[in-house]
Amino acid sequence: MPKNLIDPNKWIDLYSDYLFNFTITRVKDRDTAQDLVQETFFAGLKSMKNFKGEASERTWLISILKRKIIDHYRKINSKKGKAEVRINYKSDSEDEGDWLEERVADPFDKTAEDNLENTELGLAIHNCIEKLPVKQAEVFKMKTILGYETEAICNELDITASNLWVIIHRARTTMVVCLEKNWF
Amino acid sequence: MSKKNKIFISCEEANHNCDKSQYNEATLWEKVKLTIHLLYCKACRKHSSDNAKLSKAIAKTEINCLELKDKQEMKKCFEKELKKHQQ
Repeated sequence: MPKNLIDPNKWIDLYSDYLFNFTITRVKDRDTAQDLVQETFFAGLKSMKNFKGEASERTWLISILKRKIIDHYRKINSKKGKAEVRINYKSDSEDEGDWLEERVADPFDKTAEDNLENTELGLAIHNCIEKLPVKQAEVFKMKTILGYETEAICNELDITASNLWVIIHRARTTMVVCLEKNWF
Repeated sequence: MSKKNKIFISCEEANHNCDKSQYNEATLWEKVKLTIHLLYCKACRKHSSDNAKLSKAIAKTEINCLELKDKQEMKKCFEKELKKHQQ
C-alpha cells in the first residue's frame, strides 16, 4: 500500500478552507473557528513525526482538529458555572445586536435533518473545490462563497473581467460534474 | 453595434450570460437573450439548469471559507512556525 506523505508547505492552501468549514459548523463563531484551525496546523507541525501515512493528510489534520474542538468546549465549560446561562454582551461585534430576541433560535429554522444534510453537502462541495486547479478554486471561492464583486477580484488577482468569467465558467462546469457524481 | 443587438446568440454567449445571471450580474437584455436561446437549444438548457442547481446547493449549505486576508495572515504565522521546525 502506498504511504501518504506529509508536506506542511501546502497545508494552508489545500486544507485551510475545508478545516474552517468543518469548524464553523461546530463552533459558530468565525474568530474561534479561525483560531482553532490555526492551532490545528501548529499541532500538526509539532507531531509531524507521528504521522504514519495510513490516512490522508487531511483526515489526519481533521482528527487533530476534532480534539481541538472538544478541548475548546471543555475549556469554556470548565470554569465556574457549568449550569450558568451565558448571555454575555458581545463587545466586539458591531453588526449583531445585543438583544435577546436576536439570540433565540429562529423558529423557522431548518430541522436537524436539513442541517445534517447541509453540513454533508457543504463538505462535498469543498471536496469538489479541492479538485479544481488552484487558480480556479481561488476565483470560484472568492466569487461564489465570499461574494466579492467582480471588480474587486480582478484587482486582487490582476486579471481582466472576461478572464474571470472564463475561469468561473470552467470552475462551475467542473463543479457540476463533480457534484453530480458525488451528490445530486 | 449590430452584434450587440442580435436576438439570437451563440451557445458561448448564452453560457456567459448564464454564468453572469447566477451572480445577478446579467442585464435585463442579456437575460432576455438567454431565455430566447434556451427556447431552442437543449444543451444550453441542460447546462443552465445544472448551473442553477449548483448555485442553489451552495446557497442552501451556507458554506463558509476563510476571508482572503485572514488566510494570508494565517499563512504568515504558519510559515514562521514552519521555519522553526525545519531548522
